[in-house]
Amino acid sequence: MAAIKNILLVGVGGQGTILASKILSSGLVMAGFDVKMSEVHGMSQRGGNVSTQIRFGEKVYSPIIGKGEADLIVAFEKMEALRWLEYLKKGGKMVINDYEIPSAPILMGKVAYPQGIIEELAAKADISVFKAAEIATGLGNSKMMNVVLLGALVKALNVPGIDWEQVIKDNVKANFADLNIKAFNMGLAQV
Amino acid sequence: MKELMTGNEAIARGAYEAGAVFASAYPGTPSTEILENVVLYKDKIYCEWAPNEKVALESAIGAAIAGARSLSTMKHVGVNVAADPLFTFAYTGTNGGFVLISADDPGMHSSQNEQDNRNYAAFARILMLEPADSQEAKVYTKLAFELSEKFDTPVMLRVTTRICHSKSLVELEDRIEVSMKKYGKNIGKYVATPANGKVMRYKLEDRIKAMETYSNNTDINTAMYHGSDIGVISSGVAYQYAREVFGDEASYLKLGMTYPLPMDKIKEFAKKVKKLYVIEELDPYIENQIRMAGIDCIGKEIVPSIDELNTDILRKAVYGIESEAVTSEMAAVVRPPTLCAGCPHRGFLQVLSKKKNVMISGDIGCYTLGSAPPLLAMDTCICMGASVSAGHGAAKAFANAGLDTRVVSVIGDSTFFHSGVTGLMNVAYNKSNCITVILDNRITGMTGHQQNPGTGFTLMGEPTVEVDIELICQAVGIPKSHIFVINPLDLKETDQALTAALALDDASVILAKWPCILKKFSDQDKEDFDLSPGKCEINQEICTKCKTCVRTGCPAIHSGDNIEIDEVMCTGCAVCMQVCPFNAISREVK
Ligand SMILES: Cc1ncc(C[n+]2csc(CCOP(=O)(O)OP(=O)(O)O)c2C)c(N)n1
Repeated sequence: MAAIKNILLVGVGGQGTILASKILSSGLVMAGFDVKMSEVHGMSQRGGNVSTQIRFGEKVYSPIIGKGEADLIVAFEKMEALRWLEYLKKGGKMVINDYEIPSAPILMGKVAYPQGIIEELAAKADISVFKAAEIATGLGNSKMMNVVLLGALVKALNVPGIDWEQVIKDNVKANFADLNIKAFNMGLAQV
Repeated sequence: MKELMTGNEAIARGAYEAGAVFASAYPGTPSTEILENVVLYKDKIYCEWAPNEKVALESAIGAAIAGARSLSTMKHVGVNVAADPLFTFAYTGTNGGFVLISADDPGMHSSQNEQDNRNYAAFARILMLEPADSQEAKVYTKLAFELSEKFDTPVMLRVTTRICHSKSLVELEDRIEVSMKKYGKNIGKYVATPANGKVMRYKLEDRIKAMETYSNNTDINTAMYHGSDIGVISSGVAYQYAREVFGDEASYLKLGMTYPLPMDKIKEFAKKVKKLYVIEELDPYIENQIRMAGIDCIGKEIVPSIDELNTDILRKAVYGIESEAVTSEMAAVVRPPTLCAGCPHRGFLQVLSKKKNVMISGDIGCYTLGSAPPLLAMDTCICMGASVSAGHGAAKAFANAGLDTRVVSVIGDSTFFHSGVTGLMNVAYNKSNCITVILDNRITGMTGHQQNPGTGFTLMGEPTVEVDIELICQAVGIPKSHIFVINPLDLKETDQALTAALALDDASVILAKWPCILKKFSDQDKEDFDLSPGKCEINQEICTKCKTCVRTGCPAIHSGDNIEIDEVMCTGCAVCMQVCPFNAISREVK
């Protein structure tokens, strides 16, 4: 049986992890995989952290993974990459958006945003880091950040034979399809 | 056709395919999206948000007795609220198929407790099904309607967060139209007087026996024999974890129907394996019954009964193997949820947090986030509605002891309709001097913006009457002079109302009315409130960095070398502007 692959998307409420994981999972379903996807929403709109887990393979049982089980973690925010590091499998990959969203204790000046996260993660894991927010803003729509990150994810994942442009077209509003595909391709080129 | 669906979407689909025609629910994570998906089939299924779970369940019971296939959905604690009708409905039985969906929240992702509602099925003696993925969620929902009619019983479909919110592939089928069962007056069956109840009680035992026979024969309780060394009994999502951890060599008895348990099948399975594990999330519900039947097994002595399970926890429990995780000494700063920028609750709680010698009797809703730093504006949170009634008790206790501590009970609009009204009746009737604050943000915020009896719209999108909260308060006995209607984002007005209420030695109400900033504003909202967006800005030359604005806890305010307001996040609510002692903040209406 083909080994199951585990992907973890982590970020902060409102960053669009849900759309990215929706596109990803539809692509994987189209490719004929058994897919399970699990997300914890609830208080995500209130600025909490969010995570989506996607598992695929020939037959998937558990909808969620435990520590040390993710083949790939895509962090939409830098500190979230650090928070979820222990879920990474030894030898797994991380794609990190070099972007900071301070949490409440940091906003209030009680503690500082941790410095040197990238250096720390680079020492522990195989990481790719880039500024998805800048790329999205360059495309004229900062909301495209999630699709840029999806592009990077797909590249890092390296599953052949999926027509991602079609999957994107199927999942976004028609008048935004071209822009999304552009953002996706810019992300692809980052990893 | 196969589609990737959440368990909640699949349950809604199952109800549609089963020919259900009536659904009533009160929102609550992780159950909320079931009705939000049922409404997609509103041309076939009438559906509604009820004011609370008891009303929802009773409405569905009524529809079922009338002959319609009906369902009611709620989170685990909602079943506590609805337990009264549920237990007696188990006695009377039904006419049209009746399904209760109980969505439990192991791990308390968004709940105040972690109760295992499988215990309810055994307690109330109602048939229970437990799906383990979305496909089963759909199939079991359909089966639940059939079994309800077959055995004349309410059926509970028990799901958990990971079933509700996980997506997996579902095979779609067509809807079967089921005609209404004929209604006929049947006093012996539906009137649970003590005399009738006694008869029903004996009948119930016969029904349980019939259901147990079914449980022993149905293929949703399936044994899968591989090796004979290890046997695993499990149900729900725990089965998926077990299946992955024990692998292809172990044998499994996967239970889809867990009340009544198929004890014959369990005995047979137990005989065929050398070592028997019972793998359950939360309580040893199955394990206890198996042990009582005299079968030895391994269960809760190794598997934790607190928090949700996963493969990692289970592997450690069974094999003592810790997964190899990548770790770091460096720690991420916590990211707790906060009141949004522009949340009207912040204005009120900001003012309230400054009052001395006050007990804040709290409740459940977005405003509960005000219990966290920096506001710390909540002393208690027990269950929906408890703010008003517990506040009343506390006020009486303080007064009886001769203490001058005052009680301010804080409750949201949806929670007030849910179960605050009866508490307020008690406040007025039994004459305590509590101040009941109703934070009316014109929507059910916390669970993601459901309509409620105060918003003017139904779940199906139709305009309807609105509850007049002020009139309700007057009707239960709070005089008009003791009701203060305020804009909670106007801190001066808020403070004046609180001061005036505290000066009274009678019960009073503060009705703080301003729409949730995330709400899709209705035409009425636009008419009633000045919602023109503005932005606040700090004049760095005047700012002394005293951080008074930071201590409102607004996530748009950043405290670094300078104090700054994030232009994108700011909604111009101006709470910061009003607390600034140096007038360093201004608002520009854009
Ligand atoms: C018995 C019960 N049912 C449902 C819930 C889920 N729940 C928590 S808060 C809430 C609604 C709160 O709405 P409201 O009182 O209007 O306050 P808001 O969040 O809008 O501030 C609900 C439905 C619960 N905790 N307990």
